[in-house]
Amino acid sequence: MGKFAQEFAKGLIITNPVLVLLLGLCPALAVSTSIDNALGMTLAVLIVLLGSNIIIAAMRNFVPSITRIPIFIVIIATLVTVVNLLFHAYLPDLHETLGIYLPLVVVNCIVLGRAEAFASKNPVVRSIADALGMTVGFMLALLMISLIRQMLGTGEMSVFGVHFFSLPVLSSRPVAIFILPPGGFLVIGLLLGLFKWTGVLKR
Amino acid sequence: MNELIVIFLSMALINNFILVRYLGLCPFLGVSKELGPAVSMGIAVTFVMIIASLATWLINHYILIPFDIQYMYIIVFILVIASLVQVIELFIKKTNIALYSAFGIYLPLITTNCAVLGVTIINMMGSYTLLESLVAALGGGLGFTLVLAIMAGIREKLELADTPRAMKGAPIALITATLLGLAFFGFVGIV
Repeated sequence: MGKFAQEFAKGLIITNPVLVLLLGLCPALAVSTSIDNALGMTLAVLIVLLGSNIIIAAMRNFVPSITRIPIFIVIIATLVTVVNLLFHAYLPDLHETLGIYLPLVVVNCIVLGRAEAFASKNPVVRSIADALGMTVGFMLALLMISLIRQMLGTGEMSVFGVHFFSLPVLSSRPVAIFILPPGGFLVIGLLLGLFKWTGVLKR
Repeated sequence: MNELIVIFLSMALINNFILVRYLGLCPFLGVSKELGPAVSMGIAVTFVMIIASLATWLINHYILIPFDIQYMYIIVFILVIASLVQVIELFIKKTNIALYSAFGIYLPLITTNCAVLGVTIINMMGSYTLLESLVAALGGGLGFTLVLAIMAGIREKLELADTPRAMKGAPIALITATLLGLAFFGFVGIV
């Protein structure tokens, strides 16, 4: 069980996919305008990454190495199609707001990256740990970005319709730039700089 | 004709792939350090976008819609793009070695570039006609090239600037992208 915990923990901080490896930036920025969207995207990535890591780890001994990339892509694309249809059926609002970024999970570098770098070389259980760790790392990064953007951009703190509090001045005069596209670049740029400066994340 | 101009401007400037839609950020951070490679990458992406839009439009209208299997679009589109890139790579390698040495190394990267898959999905969701799809791909690709080139020009100068040590590399590039994105908001009023 020690191995499992180890593989899980490395995705959180040391090799955090978004903040250290700079993978999956497109969805991280596009859906981080609110905490709801960030959690929805995390759910999609969780299902796809867990599924692809399990399937690819289970069949790693049968896949000829020369055709492995197309095989991985078909597996991932199938899982993304499943998630896309599930969201469309059961979470139509989320499906609407995520828009083209939901089908684009298929080209999310995190998923293919973990398939190639980890699941194709490791047994199923450790691949599950890897997928869970990477997803939690992705979620942490997304929550950090979306928390800042939502607080400054709308002045409100609410998750899934439950309203927690409003900030005094910002709620009447929100800094709209933070929920607009350039705000995403600004927040992640400053966060990366901050992490480098404090030395929390070594690159 | 007006429709086409509106689509072109909207894809190239107002809804710029990098700055507004956040598509294709990997090459944006990876190859925007020098002007030459940035422009080559941009042109290669534009070319693949146009070919991919043509191919996916035909497949969507003559295979997916008649057989009522549009839900398969993600799998079909990604496979079409991946194989197209391979074919283009082989074709260029056999016919034009000079072009291959200029673009060759960027082509494999383009397969997993979200901008290419993005433009085909945008075309499909907007129910564009064939001509509109091609114009959208051209606009998107040129907008992508434009931003990549501007960014490369700025980063060449930025290398010499006295940036704080913690901000060097990706962080300062992202801050620069913020300012570029704000500048591109000026285009919103065009159409």
